[in-house]
Amino acid sequence: MSVFDYTLKELQEKLHNKEITVSELVNASFDQIAAVDGDVKAFLTLNEEAARAQAKELDEQVESADNPLFGIPLGVKDNMVTKGLRTTCASQILDNFHDPLYDATVVEKLAKENTVTIGKLNMDEFAMGSSNENSSYEGTRNPWNTDYVPGGSSGGSAAAVAAREVFFSLGSDTGGSIRQPAAFCGVVGLKPTYGLVSRFGLVAFASSLDQIGPITKTVEDNAHLLQAIVGHDPMDSTSANVAIPNYSDALKQDVKGLKIAVPKEYLQEGINEEVKTAVMSALKVYEDLGATWEEVSLPHSRYAVAAYYLLSSSEASANLARFDGVRYGVRSENAKNMIDMFKHSRSEGFGDEVKRRIMLGTFALSSGYYDAYYKKAQKVRTLIKNDFEKVFEDYDVIIGPTTPTPAFKVGEKVDDPLTMYANDILTIPVNLAGVPGMSIPCGFNEQGLPIGLQIIAKHFDESMIFRTAYAFEQATDHHKQRPALGGAK
Amino acid sequence: MAEISKDQVRHVAHLARLAITEEEVETMTQQLGDIIHYAELLNDLDTNNVEPTTHVLDLKNVMRKDEPRKWIEKEDALKNAPDHKNGQFRVPSILE
Repeated sequence: MSVFDYTLKELQEKLHNKEITVSELVNASFDQIAAVDGDVKAFLTLNEEAARAQAKELDEQVESADNPLFGIPLGVKDNMVTKGLRTTCASQILDNFHDPLYDATVVEKLAKENTVTIGKLNMDEFAMGSSNENSSYEGTRNPWNTDYVPGGSSGGSAAAVAAREVFFSLGSDTGGSIRQPAAFCGVVGLKPTYGLVSRFGLVAFASSLDQIGPITKTVEDNAHLLQAIVGHDPMDSTSANVAIPNYSDALKQDVKGLKIAVPKEYLQEGINEEVKTAVMSALKVYEDLGATWEEVSLPHSRYAVAAYYLLSSSEASANLARFDGVRYGVRSENAKNMIDMFKHSRSEGFGDEVKRRIMLGTFALSSGYYDAYYKKAQKVRTLIKNDFEKVFEDYDVIIGPTTPTPAFKVGEKVDDPLTMYANDILTIPVNLAGVPGMSIPCGFNEQGLPIGLQIIAKHFDESMIFRTAYAFEQATDHHKQRPALGGAK
Repeated sequence: MAEISKDQVRHVAHLARLAITEEEVETMTQQLGDIIHYAELLNDLDTNNVEPTTHVLDLKNVMRKDEPRKWIEKEDALKNAPDHKNGQFRVPSILE
């Protein structure tokens, strides 16, 4: 048994009883990174010296450790700023951003719990992508089979947990960027309700959609990590001021009598047969546990991808205006005047997908087109949000697949933006509605690639997700499987 | 809704402060055209009586007290800058 097989609660006990030390956990992380990260390519920057020093200090304080995150090695997606630790968003325009001035609120909160940051994790550039192939560095590979993508944009965050390089990680999700890679890598990923976790220090992609969330091996660990990062933050004006429940309490409840809604749009054509089969088996598990399910409709689902690309690209075009080669980041040497300097710095610094989305967003917001594209998409967003609210009048949770297919091969979809976008068809509506959604492992296809089950609840009802997910996890053993690169024999 | 032209692509690139090559104008015109064409799907929906959603939570203007407080030092703010002089960011001349 490896240290990575223990839950956070078990590790807390072992640290307390001095059966294990923080230094051993941190060493285990760096050893595993040395062994497999040449293949997985999950990390962009390591925090080795500081992490090992911190581990030594924490080993002196284990008696006072009072939370399950104490001393646990963690990875952070590289779009969350970390004071003094390089933060690139996997973009060349931030390649030299070695010395960020402050910590993101989530990073600060975890520091208070005495977690140990092992390093910064690879992603699609500025979180724009579904495969990690848009990283301007070498793209992360799927630990289950390195010919396949890990998903994106939080591909590094999901792959690092699956490959047992860290015990958990933080990702961010704008249209599926936590849930889709969690599904592809066979781990647990939660996108919380919009506003539950502070976005301060998260490099903004689409501000009305972005949310930070936890990626873990188990549902129980996920509840512990979420507990540590939630809460109102005056530094984020969109942060919600709501009462925070104890998420672990939700794990104690069974699902007897639970009313599950299964949207027919999430199981229709275009959804891979093996994925459908895995989801139907999962529903059978819930029936056996005493829950009931019925087919429902989210009638505007087919409009979600189009609305999402207009809205998210519009917001991105404004947010990414700050990268101009003036205050930080890379400046082009090939410029004669200031405007020229902006243009060349941005063109040399941004990759193709980022430029494409800035262009789309600028177009959608430009004079004469604003009403036809941007405002239209905002109205469609209302219809999609209403679809969810209507279903939640009668049901406790919505369940379906996380993705239409398991992981696809590296290079398979990279040349066609629209095919790549269609991959997010089941996760995007959740961001548009602002509701929380989680992906948990629910099986494997014939090639041994993981399949994800998506569980969606109403605004701020993460407890319902934990309850539903935990019951399934306890009844199955999909989450206990691990990839060869994660130490499987 | 109209097709997107090469001239529009050049104009949008200027607005977005992106320098694009003629080759990129070609591919962008094609790709943006495809995406815009796909987005026309939204016109199937009658949204005349639908309010736009700008934000999913019921938040109104969030204000803070307008009072000075300590944040980062000037030296720190300059340390990641590509170029600075006399405590200020330096940029190429605005006039050629």
